[in-house]
Amino acid sequence: MSSPNSATDRGNLPPLSLHVPEPRFRPGDAADYSHLPISQAGAQARPDEACAPVETHPLCLDLIRVLDDEGRAVGPWNPALDAETLRRMLRAMALTRAFDDRMYRAQRQGKTSFYMKSTGEEATAVAPAMALAPDDMVFPTYRQQGLLITRGYPLVEMINQIYSNRADKLLGRQLPVMYSAREQSFFSISGNLATQFPQAVGWAMASAIKGDTRIAAAWLGEGSSAEGDFHSGLTFAAVYNAPVIFNIVNNQWAISSFSGFAGAERTTFAARAIGYGIAGLRVDGNDPLAVYAASRWAADRARANGGPTLIEHFTYRAEGHSTSDDPGQYRSAQERAEWPLGDPVTRLKQHLIALGEWSEDAHAAMDLELVETVKAAAREAEKNGVLGQGLHHPTRTLFEGVFEEMPWHLREQSEQAIHERRIRYPDWQE
Amino acid sequence: MNMIEAINDALDIMLARDPDVVVLGEDVGYFGGVFRATAGLQKKHGRTRVFDTPISECGIIGVAVGMGAYGLRPVPEIQFADYIYPGLDQLVSEAARLRYRSAGEFIAPLTVRSPFGGGIFGGQTHSQSPEALFTHVAGLKTVIPSTPHDAKGLLIAAIEDNDPVIFFEPKRIYNGPFDGYYDKPVEPWSRHPDSEVPEGHYRVPLGKARIVQAGEALTVLAYGTMVHVARAVCAEKGVDAEILDLRTLVPLDIDAIEASVRKTGRCLIVHEATRTGGFGAELSALVQERCFYHLEAPIERVTGFDTPYPHSLEWAYFPGPVRLGEAIDRLMMPA
Repeated sequence: MSSPNSATDRGNLPPLSLHVPEPRFRPGDAADYSHLPISQAGAQARPDEACAPVETHPLCLDLIRVLDDEGRAVGPWNPALDAETLRRMLRAMALTRAFDDRMYRAQRQGKTSFYMKSTGEEATAVAPAMALAPDDMVFPTYRQQGLLITRGYPLVEMINQIYSNRADKLLGRQLPVMYSAREQSFFSISGNLATQFPQAVGWAMASAIKGDTRIAAAWLGEGSSAEGDFHSGLTFAAVYNAPVIFNIVNNQWAISSFSGFAGAERTTFAARAIGYGIAGLRVDGNDPLAVYAASRWAADRARANGGPTLIEHFTYRAEGHSTSDDPGQYRSAQERAEWPLGDPVTRLKQHLIALGEWSEDAHAAMDLELVETVKAAAREAEKNGVLGQGLHHPTRTLFEGVFEEMPWHLREQSEQAIHERRIRYPDWQE
Repeated sequence: MNMIEAINDALDIMLARDPDVVVLGEDVGYFGGVFRATAGLQKKHGRTRVFDTPISECGIIGVAVGMGAYGLRPVPEIQFADYIYPGLDQLVSEAARLRYRSAGEFIAPLTVRSPFGGGIFGGQTHSQSPEALFTHVAGLKTVIPSTPHDAKGLLIAAIEDNDPVIFFEPKRIYNGPFDGYYDKPVEPWSRHPDSEVPEGHYRVPLGKARIVQAGEALTVLAYGTMVHVARAVCAEKGVDAEILDLRTLVPLDIDAIEASVRKTGRCLIVHEATRTGGFGAELSALVQERCFYHLEAPIERVTGFDTPYPHSLEWAYFPGPVRLGEAIDRLMMPA
């Protein structure tokens, strides 16, 4: 008797085969990106912000680029920013990088448990932050520290959070880099991936329900675009024409998994927008002017009740996933150097120099100054303690804020925790 | 009023009182909900206050969290508690923790309404009682009414509460109380004193149990449909039971429970949900820890069996009069 799975009565059909994606380069391989189609800067059409979503389909398969190889800003997407704005953008990106470098080192020095750099992706946070209004609510992942830095959140507060010290506004409750900054319209970061997508839509819907003028913007990585929340978020945004901008930062890697495990072998991430009836744009994520222009286009569209836009930022995660990760175990060490879209800070620097508005010397001086700025902020934050030094918030705060008012069971547990501390540290006082 | 009318009234009052209240969910808008709980509300309050959603529980809860962060007071409906699981990550990881993880910068003042419980031949996916999944989550409140009066007052209190509330509505008793005798005709709410629902705004405070009936011989801890089943069985047995309708599972009215068990010395815990890891286990542990020297018999738990909710064998599964009766007999046996 043949089982239902038996092939005996199925003729001579070829055996099926499972496709398991595999990245092109592994450790030890030479990285070569010549297969990657890189669009010519300035060659992409710029449709009207009020266009039908389907009109953006060609842009979902292309790559919007403004800065050419000589650092000139070209084409219809050139946002034509003045030199002062460009220098502000450059500074915010450089500051983000300097901050990352310092905090990475702080983790290695044992001052905190964990850190995540955004090196190479600074433009995907800094440029949108400049394109949005300061009170548009942003729903970031853990790799958009550039949003906070651009919006002027004090570095000391960021470091207090990273050190979980007694000045940490999040009371030491959150893992480092999971910031929350309501005054800067920066939503509380969650460790659970993609949950912020439907939340941003809900915020945008609320703004629309109230007849407000503020819009929302959300970020996720290409890896977490595989989560169900991505689908829910885009569906709801389309259904209610919510004033929201979805940013997919496609940095090619989700920890050790290359973007093929999120579907990149079949089409672009931007192209998904079209199936939802949402406008889609695919931009060179290392071109700060292209990112700015796309964000501005999407913000203007949303603000005019034109509905949501999905932007794929095509970039490269230059560093490890986090301080707990060693990318040398799964990808070629040459990838970063060979990445054909270069480095966002270098490209904007070249542009400003080409405009005659910046110089190598000015840049070197700025870098030195930023290192000192971050160092001073870190020293200031260290006065409030670093992780594990005992200078954390009082024990009772562990139990506060679970609910608006503390119920009896948490009150009892709070007394227990304080009792335990007294036994462990007889002289302890809070 | 029956319980559906009481819930509808509570929503109507809150929509009128607070411009930040919005009602959303599958079929809740034009149609008025598959159980009619939102009937007429869209017409009265407008499409941007009461509206239909895509069929996505993750999306419904997720957008409600975002609306709460903006400053609205959303009341999302999940059509059946059995379908709340796609929204679980948003509830457990987001709504429950938002206040805590942001140190109060953002809150999630949402009230998730959802019909729950069995006794209606709902089979596996229209009968579940998943309250223990939520009582286990720090940061969520779980509320279950058992009468129209409480349904309205508790729902208003839940909507006004600044914490996320899971509001489970026992659909078996939407139209009338159910005593466990499934072969008898249902008595409508109109013949029950708890269907007297005051007009206008009133609150039944969260975290407070209701003494359904005072007694000296035995404490019964119940909620939802099982309040009515327990009451009928105690009457039939002639046992002088004190029946507590817990109404809110988190935060729990521990004072009422302690006071009652210390008085009676015996405790019966009743719920429809499956036994292992059910909320009854938490209740039993608390009573044991806090009333040990007053107990004159082992604490009894009468619950659903540890199986998926069945269709044809519903009344073999349901914790009905026989199962309750035997537990009461064991409890009341002379020492």
